[in-house]
Amino acid sequence: MTPLIFRFVVGGIVVSLFAILGDLLKPKSFAGLFGAAPSVALATIGLTILTDGKLYAAQESRSMIAGAAAFFLYSCVCVRLLVRHQWSAMVASVFSLSMWFVGAFGLWFLVLK
Amino acid sequence: MRVHFDLSALRKTRWYEYAVRFLFGGAVTIATGLVAQHFGPVVGGLFLAFPAIFPASVTLVAKHEREKKQKAGMDGTARAKKAAALDARGATIGTFGLACFAILVWKLLPIWNWMAVLSLAILSWLVVSISIWKAEQHQPL
Repeated sequence: MTPLIFRFVVGGIVVSLFAILGDLLKPKSFAGLFGAAPSVALATIGLTILTDGKLYAAQESRSMIAGAAAFFLYSCVCVRLLVRHQWSAMVASVFSLSMWFVGAFGLWFLVLK
Repeated sequence: MRVHFDLSALRKTRWYEYAVRFLFGGAVTIATGLVAQHFGPVVGGLFLAFPAIFPASVTLVAKHEREKKQKAGMDGTARAKKAAALDARGATIGTFGLACFAILVWKLLPIWNWMAVLSLAILSWLVVSISIWKAEQHQPL
């Protein structure tokens, strides 16, 4: 249980720090860069190296490239729903998560499997 | 456009908004570890680039913008959506940096010191993201 709590606290702190940095920066499009900061990766990879080793973490990072491509698809769809279709920020950003899953697992099936 | 810090943003954010992002961040970090444990590093690694707190952040951006306009006696709905779209567009650019981060860690981690690799990777995310953002500045939304 303790490693899970430790992972939770480290992840929460790293993600929050990047989010606060994004809040403080202006203009908004620049602050948005921090929405795609490798915050979860930083928290996770460090812990993974300590528990499972560097090769295991490197293998995870290879898949992360597909995850980043899916994030690109996610945010493009989100922008389109906000600008063209005038959806609310919450609905657009939550609905677009389905695009992340389609992109990430589509790439996993085509390239990584 | 000049990049600057706006410390007043700290006062606009309520304590529970920080708490929500902390909880999301912690939960996704745990979930990523559990997915890797059950399905292996290939599937688990996908979630290293999961938009963990993006929905919460972009909703907050829209909310703060709407509140600002409403205080000035305007509706603010359209402005809130525009602010959210700008934030999402920034994140789109940031994904190129995110991919660079992943490539460097994948290639260098097996052969270099891990602290040096993570430091270089985070620097590459920042440099790539800022460079593309600067180049995109003249593109209208």
